[in-house]
Amino acid sequence: MGEPITYLEAIRQGLWEEMERDERVFMLGEDIGVYGGAFKVTKGFLEKFGQDRIIDTPIAESGIVGAAIGASLMGMRPVAEMQFIDFIACAFNQITNFAAKSRWRYGAGVPIVIRGPAGGGVRGGPFHSQNPEMYYVHTPGLKVVAPGTTYDAKGLIKAAIRDEDPVIYLEHKYLYRLPRIKEVLPEEDYVVPIGKAALRREGKDISLITYGAMQLHCLDAAEALEKEGISAEVLDLRTLLPLDADAIEKTTKKTGKVLIVHEDTRTGGLAGEVTALINERAFEYLDGPVRRVTSPDAPVPYSAPLEDYFLPNATKVLQAARELLSY
Amino acid sequence: MPRTSRSAAKRTPKRGKSAGDSHPKRPAETKPATALSTAQLLDFYYYLKLNRMVEERLSALYRQGKVQGGLYSSKGQEAISVGTAFALAPQDVLAPMIRNLGAMLVRGVKPVEFFLQYMQKEGSPCKGRDTSLHFGGIDRGFVPPISPLGTLVPVLSGVALAGKMLQKNLVAMTYVGDGATSTGDFHEGMSLASVKRLPLVVIIENNRWAYSTPVSSQSLLPDLADKARAYGIPQGVVDGNDVLAVHEATSRAVDLARRGQGPVLLEAKTMRMRGHSEHDDAWYVPEEERRFWEKRDPILLYEKYLVAAGVGSKADLARIESDCAARIDADLAVAEAAPPPRPESCVEDVYAPESGAAEAPGEEAPRAVRRS
Repeated sequence: MGEPITYLEAIRQGLWEEMERDERVFMLGEDIGVYGGAFKVTKGFLEKFGQDRIIDTPIAESGIVGAAIGASLMGMRPVAEMQFIDFIACAFNQITNFAAKSRWRYGAGVPIVIRGPAGGGVRGGPFHSQNPEMYYVHTPGLKVVAPGTTYDAKGLIKAAIRDEDPVIYLEHKYLYRLPRIKEVLPEEDYVVPIGKAALRREGKDISLITYGAMQLHCLDAAEALEKEGISAEVLDLRTLLPLDADAIEKTTKKTGKVLIVHEDTRTGGLAGEVTALINERAFEYLDGPVRRVTSPDAPVPYSAPLEDYFLPNATKVLQAARELLSY
Repeated sequence: MPRTSRSAAKRTPKRGKSAGDSHPKRPAETKPATALSTAQLLDFYYYLKLNRMVEERLSALYRQGKVQGGLYSSKGQEAISVGTAFALAPQDVLAPMIRNLGAMLVRGVKPVEFFLQYMQKEGSPCKGRDTSLHFGGIDRGFVPPISPLGTLVPVLSGVALAGKMLQKNLVAMTYVGDGATSTGDFHEGMSLASVKRLPLVVIIENNRWAYSTPVSSQSLLPDLADKARAYGIPQGVVDGNDVLAVHEATSRAVDLARRGQGPVLLEAKTMRMRGHSEHDDAWYVPEEERRFWEKRDPILLYEKYLVAAGVGSKADLARIESDCAARIDADLAVAEAAPPPRPESCVEDVYAPESGAAEAPGEEAPRAVRRS
């Protein structure tokens, strides 16, 4: 039995093991080699794998993703790091127009991974805290994953690297070194399948559907509800594209009350899509309107009182859950 | 040429030239002797003619309503496609742009594929899903373009990078128009390729017009190749209407790149003789400019050279032309007879077949969070 490790260490291990397992895997990004990455995810990689496989690049996110695409067409398995996932916006065209459409257009798979730190809660301000998932969830041909546990962080980075299609891997920087989610991981090789949600807590009265760091607030809220005699189910989507529609349908039919919780902003957020899916698959089973707790429609603010007001938390989840339970 | 911008010799600023606007210096008629064989020289001619005649046929099909959407002519620019493509080795990777039909022909694409593609048939390389020259995979030595410009420069940097990793001894080559040299991706790709010394050749196909925008509105440089100085890499300028000059300059650039010195930027100066797309009559191009370049038609210039140099008689050239016509007739007949795509096939192949994405997700046992 090994020691419990952090979410960040799990990502590190996943990357490391995949690079050891498959010579085609290499990494490129800004400050990932000599410096070891802004968050030290790739510390020690240059020494182990050499500069041919750990490539420090100019500040050129579109160039990085474009080069990853080109190398993947040649049979390589590039992992491109965005120093902060906010900067992925600079590579939007390469991702949505080149990577996402190549297979469909002329049969060329683009097995690349684009990973980087997402999310708020660390006073990063509007350009170091964003949750850009929906730009990519709206793009057929991409896959988008957002691990919320240490186990999933490792299993999903491995699955992403082995996948035949482009995967956006969103790692939540608030979780990187959070003691609460440290885990002892299996010794043996494992992957978490892309496209599969996970039940974090079983319940029968209400479903909390969430992903990423927000599942901690959902679990806290579920615990508080339990003290009131209410049994809440927590479903962690883990993959945002493609959605695990069966799991969403199943939990909806089970509890009849659905509260969707995400850190991303409200309008055009994933909650809207999940709600539509529930309407299509399980409308008759609903025992109240589908509700959502999200960040408000504003950029992510910097100062502590502003950001604390902005982000969802367990209190907001509890309040929304109680309102929904009153139906 | 290509000359290196690292050399101590400073270039004198050119006088009397407007931005991005310098004309080729050497008239093609005074071309020196070439090391190419007669068969090779006639091969160049075959592909120049085939390029133009395939496009002329596509244009006719457009007028008949059999080709719809965008149709992009390379009339006047064929020497660049043919001259550059012939400079590549079999292991090299080429990313054509939409006016490089000739380069694709040289590297083995058949006329029937263009007809199927433009006529949106089921058996077309893109199965009716994508348009124009957006096809040809890495297995055939191509990376096809997407419509947003400049994007191939970073992608081909990645091809060159992988080529180095895999020790394929390959050169990656792509084209950008005068307009695409203004894109961020051009700059990002050149930056990456230069500092990593990647075997990449970028041909600036300066045809003086980006849709209706003149090159003088893209850059103040008389020679766009001077952008190479920003990356500390070798550059060159060549008369893009002289197929032999293009071939020679590209061969040197490819050789330089293959020797591991990093990327090379080569500007081929030419003129887009048709509109941006078939619907566009290019009314914005000054008459004087059009007439100047009409006299410099790359195929007419090359015919003159072949006859004057005794490479082929007019009858030889006429025979090649009728070979092209026969080939086109046969290929077009195949394409005309091909069925249209199944409508519902538009949702297929978005993801890899083995991927879970296209299938109904199965059940998974609940897994509690393990905590330390």
